[in-house]
Amino acid sequence: MSNETSATTTRRGPAPRGERIADWADGRLGIYSLAKSNMRKIFPDHWSFMLGEVALYSFIIIILTGVYLTLFFHPSMAEVTYHGSYVPMQGIRMTQAFESTLNISFDVRGGLLIRQIHHWAALVFLAAMMVHMMRVFFTGAFRKPREVNWLFGFLLFVLGMFTGFTGYSLPDDLLSGTGVRFIEGVILAMPLVGSYLQFFIFGGEFPGHDIIPRFFTVHVLLLPGIMLGLLVAHLILVFYHKHTQFPGAGKTNNNVVGMPLLPVYMAKAGGFFFLVFGVIAAIAAIASINPVWAIGPYRPDQVSTGAQPDWYMGFAEGLVRVMPGWEWNFWGHTLNFGVLIPILVFPLVLVAIAVYPFVESWVRGDKREHHILDRPRNVPTRTGFGVAWLIAYFVMLIGGGNDLWATHFHLSINSITWFVRIAFFVGPVLGFIATKRICLGLQRRDKDKVLHGRESGIIKRLPHGEFIEVHEPLDQEQLHLLTQHEQPEPLELGPEVDENGVERKLSRAQKLRAKLSKSYYGEDSVIAKPTVEEYKEITSGHGHH
Amino acid sequence: MSETGRHEDVPEETLPGERETAHEGAVITAENPFADPGLPPHEHRAQDIDERAAKRSERTVALLFVVSMIATVAFIASYVAIPIDKIVYIWPIGHISALNFALGLTLGAALFCIGAGAVHWARTLMSDEEVADERHPIEATPEVKAKVMADFADGAKESQIGRRKLVRNTMFGALALVPLSGVVLLRDLGPLPGTKLRTTNWKKGVRLVNASTNLPLRPEDIAVGSLTFAKPEGLEEDDEEFAEKIAKDALMLVRIQPQNIKDKHELSWSHEGIVAYSKICTHVGCPISLYEQQTHHVLCPCHQSTFDLSDGGRVIFGPAGHALPQLHITEKDGFLEAASGFGEPVGPSFWERG
Repeated sequence: MSNETSATTTRRGPAPRGERIADWADGRLGIYSLAKSNMRKIFPDHWSFMLGEVALYSFIIIILTGVYLTLFFHPSMAEVTYHGSYVPMQGIRMTQAFESTLNISFDVRGGLLIRQIHHWAALVFLAAMMVHMMRVFFTGAFRKPREVNWLFGFLLFVLGMFTGFTGYSLPDDLLSGTGVRFIEGVILAMPLVGSYLQFFIFGGEFPGHDIIPRFFTVHVLLLPGIMLGLLVAHLILVFYHKHTQFPGAGKTNNNVVGMPLLPVYMAKAGGFFFLVFGVIAAIAAIASINPVWAIGPYRPDQVSTGAQPDWYMGFAEGLVRVMPGWEWNFWGHTLNFGVLIPILVFPLVLVAIAVYPFVESWVRGDKREHHILDRPRNVPTRTGFGVAWLIAYFVMLIGGGNDLWATHFHLSINSITWFVRIAFFVGPVLGFIATKRICLGLQRRDKDKVLHGRESGIIKRLPHGEFIEVHEPLDQEQLHLLTQHEQPEPLELGPEVDENGVERKLSRAQKLRAKLSKSYYGEDSVIAKPTVEEYKEITSGHGHH
Repeated sequence: MSETGRHEDVPEETLPGERETAHEGAVITAENPFADPGLPPHEHRAQDIDERAAKRSERTVALLFVVSMIATVAFIASYVAIPIDKIVYIWPIGHISALNFALGLTLGAALFCIGAGAVHWARTLMSDEEVADERHPIEATPEVKAKVMADFADGAKESQIGRRKLVRNTMFGALALVPLSGVVLLRDLGPLPGTKLRTTNWKKGVRLVNASTNLPLRPEDIAVGSLTFAKPEGLEEDDEEFAEKIAKDALMLVRIQPQNIKDKHELSWSHEGIVAYSKICTHVGCPISLYEQQTHHVLCPCHQSTFDLSDGGRVIFGPAGHALPQLHITEKDGFLEAASGFGEPVGPSFWERG
């Protein structure tokens, strides 16, 4: 690089055009300083690091296709009679929103494709965000200095859910209208302000003529605008913090090992955008999604069976479906717990995972930066919590589709509902315990491998007739990988009386913290990793296998 | 490979990488077999040492880019050539739009091949040597922090915000009040609820009209074992506010043997075993549409609240919190009509419902 610059300064004649443009931009934007720190920025390589990329690229695809759709979509609830080219719907009354969706699907060439890419990309976007979030969670990538970026990502996930909901409500078909009616019921259930909020949000009685245009503004402007800002902040922080890396030979907390942005990641990440876009386009070509023409326009007195929200809302749907219908009437007022509790539990479950990084750092009392990722087995309590959270999430997803489970597997809907009610509480506990045991088992196996080597599968017969399996020692890279993790001591509360014999006052928070710390780092959660002495004693012994 | 003799050699053979900096308090000594051996040496790919292999990769990448170009041309050709209403049978998908299928696949191929070409280029021809870059702590050094704190103190002092409490407090007051204008502006988002949530268009003397045939209902139209949907007479699809009205007025009728009606009140509001209930679920307002004729249970397809129409419409399963409201019906001149309005609000409950 420095050779080149000196070469250009000594070269006679005008600089090449590209360089002149760059000079112009640098004089105004300072791009050279920016490029100096970023152009050859090192990014570590691991397949799981591309999950976030899938989310990023599907978001871009959604914006591109969404802008196209706004050119043809009319977010209006004015009633019209359909006279378009889709014969089965001719003469049927519908809103302009539904009519223009039919036009996009049947009269605009490629409109159906763009609509389907938009919807498929939304499903992929939410799924990718969720899996990306799980990758970050299970490897502890959320630890200092990345807690704020974890929150940005979490907000993107939550806002993505609501952007998706407002989006699939726009066509005003029978299915999405039913979803909007559900929202009406949820708003009505709010104590004190519910009926006022409902009338303000819908501009009067349900359904009114305002909700689709209002959802449209929220869907194309408000939420994506916030998300775009959060996304840029998320990416700036990724650059600023430099990417985390998995442990391994040559990788420390003070370095980042990988390949440079230019050219390798430009090509790989840039190329990956096209791969994601290409795959989603192919899916949109062969797999129909949300065929609103088969569902028909919304009418508040009609409904189709098997009504399902998009998958990312299934968890909330499950909470609403399996909640018992508790309702209180007192002094002329009604508290509808059957709806109220699910919509309070829904954000609480989400918040539980959002605040987790802060809980863990408090329990551990750890103020250092962490750039080396954890292997999930080495932090059994965190891994167990993550699995428990996922079980709660997926149990509710089953609850959200209880009618489909019932019809497809010929089960009683009542028993599925009861299963979900119980499993929502019991499943996470069992999952936590099982995961912790599995993690400890894997830790034991790691220890075994370090001390006794890898089972080679080769059976050897000794001179006196005994058969043994040859164990191959690990090389230093593997030894390092299996022993590099830290094993912090659990927090000690200290003696109960101070040196003067006076009882020390311990706050409840301190006691809780010590308890949690014990569950994280106490002997039940950790298999002491092999020490150098143990290793030497075993490997220096003769004839040990 | 299988020699056990290597066992003894391990600690001596694998000498620690001394150039690595110690991290996380791990002490690296010459005797530590777990020490970080440092970055493994770079392994050359075929393309790095064999120009012919590199040429092959180059041709593969170029081929992918060419396929992408062809696919884009095919996309434009499909756009022009395939009529939008052409339906084709594609195994195993079924009957689908030919245009959508062609456009999607060609666009997908054009995009995918660019991506595949770029990734193949990066993996086979660009340098794959891993390099290490240093990290620097995010936290500022104490000197930087001290400078920032001093600057801030200077700025705050120069502004006199601490000294001139009157300025400070009135500013906070003004900033706290000004968003109120924005809140006030939201008032006209919609009207106040008034009694709208409590009232429907059913009242004494309003005839029941079949929702699908639009004809007034006679008692003999209601067959045993089927669910009939009704709306109030005079409510037409092209009415202004049809949607708002039908969202509250939708009615369902079933015929039950009078001796099978368990609830006395229900029986007194029925006519010859015909009972009329609000079709709007009391959970969150979905229209109820599934009827089990043996048990007279109806099920809401949205959240599976189940109501017993032979027992006052009470909830027997699911998340709904109260029974379905019943409409008192009677017969006049051979047609069914409402004997009164609903005795309670229909649809989901709300705070003022009581």
